[in-house]
Amino acid sequence: MSLDKEKIKHVAKLARISLDEAKVNSLTKDLNSIFKFIEQLNELNTDKVEPLTSILNESLRYRKDQIKDGKIRDKILKNSPQQNEEFFVVPKVVE
Amino acid sequence: MNDLTNQSLKEIVENVRLKKISSLDLTQAYIKNIEGAKKLNTFVTTTFDQALQKAKQFDQRPNYDQILPGIPLAVKDLFCTENVKTTAGSNILNNFVPSYESTVTKNLWDSGAFLLGKLNCDEFAMGSSNETSFFGNVINPVADQLVPGGSSGGSSSALAANLTPATIGTDTGGSIRQPASFTGTVGLKPTYGLCSRWGIVAFASSLDQAGPMTKTVTDCAIMLEAMSGFDEKDSTSINKKKEFYSKNLKDNIKGLKIGIPKEYRVDNMPKEIDELWEKGKKILKDLGAELIDISLPHTKYALPTYYIVAPAEASSNLARYDGVRYGYRSQKSKDLIDMYENTRSEGFGDEVKRRILIGTYVLSSGYYDAYYLKAQKVRQLIKKDFDNNFKKVDSILTPSTPSSAFKIGEKTNDPVSMYLNDIFTVPVNLAGLPALSLPAGVDKQGYPLGLQLIGKPLDEQKILNIGYAFEKNCGFKNKIKKWWS
Repeated sequence: MSLDKEKIKHVAKLARISLDEAKVNSLTKDLNSIFKFIEQLNELNTDKVEPLTSILNESLRYRKDQIKDGKIRDKILKNSPQQNEEFFVVPKVVE
Repeated sequence: MNDLTNQSLKEIVENVRLKKISSLDLTQAYIKNIEGAKKLNTFVTTTFDQALQKAKQFDQRPNYDQILPGIPLAVKDLFCTENVKTTAGSNILNNFVPSYESTVTKNLWDSGAFLLGKLNCDEFAMGSSNETSFFGNVINPVADQLVPGGSSGGSSSALAANLTPATIGTDTGGSIRQPASFTGTVGLKPTYGLCSRWGIVAFASSLDQAGPMTKTVTDCAIMLEAMSGFDEKDSTSINKKKEFYSKNLKDNIKGLKIGIPKEYRVDNMPKEIDELWEKGKKILKDLGAELIDISLPHTKYALPTYYIVAPAEASSNLARYDGVRYGYRSQKSKDLIDMYENTRSEGFGDEVKRRILIGTYVLSSGYYDAYYLKAQKVRQLIKKDFDNNFKKVDSILTPSTPSSAFKIGEKTNDPVSMYLNDIFTVPVNLAGLPALSLPAGVDKQGYPLGLQLIGKPLDEQKILNIGYAFEKNCGFKNKIKKWWS
C-alpha cells in the first residue's frame, strides 16, 4: 500500500507536527520506502500466533497507593517555558 | 603519569586504591584530554567544576571499598542528571534541567563515581551514526570523517579517545553494541529489566535498556555491577539478588555450547565480516567450547518488526513534548493547537519526525491490526526462535554489525540503508536478551569490527565469562592514534 501526501498530512495532524510542503514531499518518499520494507511481514502467516505484549516472564507488580513525595511545585514549574506563579501558562483557549 | 587515561578502568581503580594516583590527578588528566578533543564533538555539556570539587572531596575523605572509588565518568545525555542539563540530543530539550537523577546514574554515584559531563547522542537515541543529534555529528577517533556509530556515539567516541575511563549508553536496537563495534570497544546490552529505566529519556519503553561501554570485559563487569539492580520506580525492573559480575569472572569455557545461527550470514556481507566470524568460532573452539549450528528462522523479519514497534512506542512517549511543562516552545503561535504543532515541528529533527509519523500511522484507527498487532505477533515468533535454541546452547555467536564504521553522510539519504546497520543487534532487543559486543579485529582499512555474544535472560555472567576468555585469546589492540588535537 502506498502513502500519499494527503495521508501524510493527516498523520502529521494527528501527531501535532506542522509540516511545510517540502517536508511533506520528502516524508512521502521516505515513508513509502520504509513501509515497503516493513511490509515484508505480510509474507508470514500469523493467524495462530499470540501477540507478544510483555517481554518479562513475571507480571507487573502491585504497589501500595501511597504518596511518597509532594510539595515540589517549584521544582515542577522550574522548567516550564512560561509560568505564572503556580500555573503553567498556554496561549488563550477560551474567549 | 602521561598514559594515565590509557589504562583500563580496572587498572585505574587499582591505582586509586594503592594511592598511586589521586582522584584529582585523574580528573584533571581527563579534563585535559576533553579540552583537547573538541574536534570529536563528543560532549554536549561538561561539569568540570563540579567534578574537580568531587575529586577533592574524595581525596580528603577517600572510601576505597566502593566499586568506583573517586572515578570521574561521562555519560550519555539521555540519562537525567539532577541540576545538569539533559538534552537527549534534541532541540526540544535544549534547556531542560532535571530536578531528579536517573536511577542508573545515581547507582554509579553511590558507587563512588562522579559526573565529568554529558555525551552527545542521536536525537532521542534514534539513529545509527550520531548524525541526527541537534548538537552535530560526533567523529570516530579511529579516523577523521568517520561516524562513531549510534545512538550512543558520543559515548563510544569519548571512551575510545580516552575522554572517560568507562561510560554508559542505552540500547533500543543496537545503540550500545553497534557504536562499541565501530570504535573497537566493549558494549553490553543487559537483559530487559536488569537496569532501571527510571530517569532515562524514553524512546521505546519495551526495548530500551541501559548498559556499560568499556575498554575491556572486566571493566564491563565492574560497570554492570555498579549500575544494575532492582528499582521500585521502574515497573519493569526485575527484582533479583545483586550479582558480583567482576569477582565471578572466569575464563574457563570448556564444554559450553555456542550456537552459530545460519541466518546471520546475509547477502552482500563483506568477506571480512565472515572471516571475523570464523576467527571468533575458532578461538572459542580452541578454548574447549562446542560449536553448534542453529537456525533462527525469523531473523529477517526482526528489522521490519522493530520499525513498527519502536516508532509506535516512540510516538506515544514523545507526545509529552508539547511546549507546556518543559522544553522548547515555539514563539510564533496564534493559539494552543498552533503552539503544539509549531513547537514539535521546530523542536524535533527529521529522523524523529519520521519515526513519530510512522508510529502514529501504525497505531491509527484502521491500521492497528495490519501493522502493530502483526508486529507483536512476529515479535513473539522471534522470541520463540531464541527460546527454542537456548534449550540446547549456552550462548549464540554472531557478528555485531554487517560492516565497519562508514563515512559521515554516506547513508543519510536513505533511511532504510541506515536501518540495515542494526540487522544483527535488533533481534536481541525484541527478545529482551542480554548481548555483548566484543572488539575482534579490523577490516582492510584498519577500522574495528566486533563480534556479538547473545545470552539467555539474566545470564550476563556467562556471556561476560565467554567474552573474558575470548578477549585473552583474541589479541585485539585498539590502535587509535591521537590525530584530533
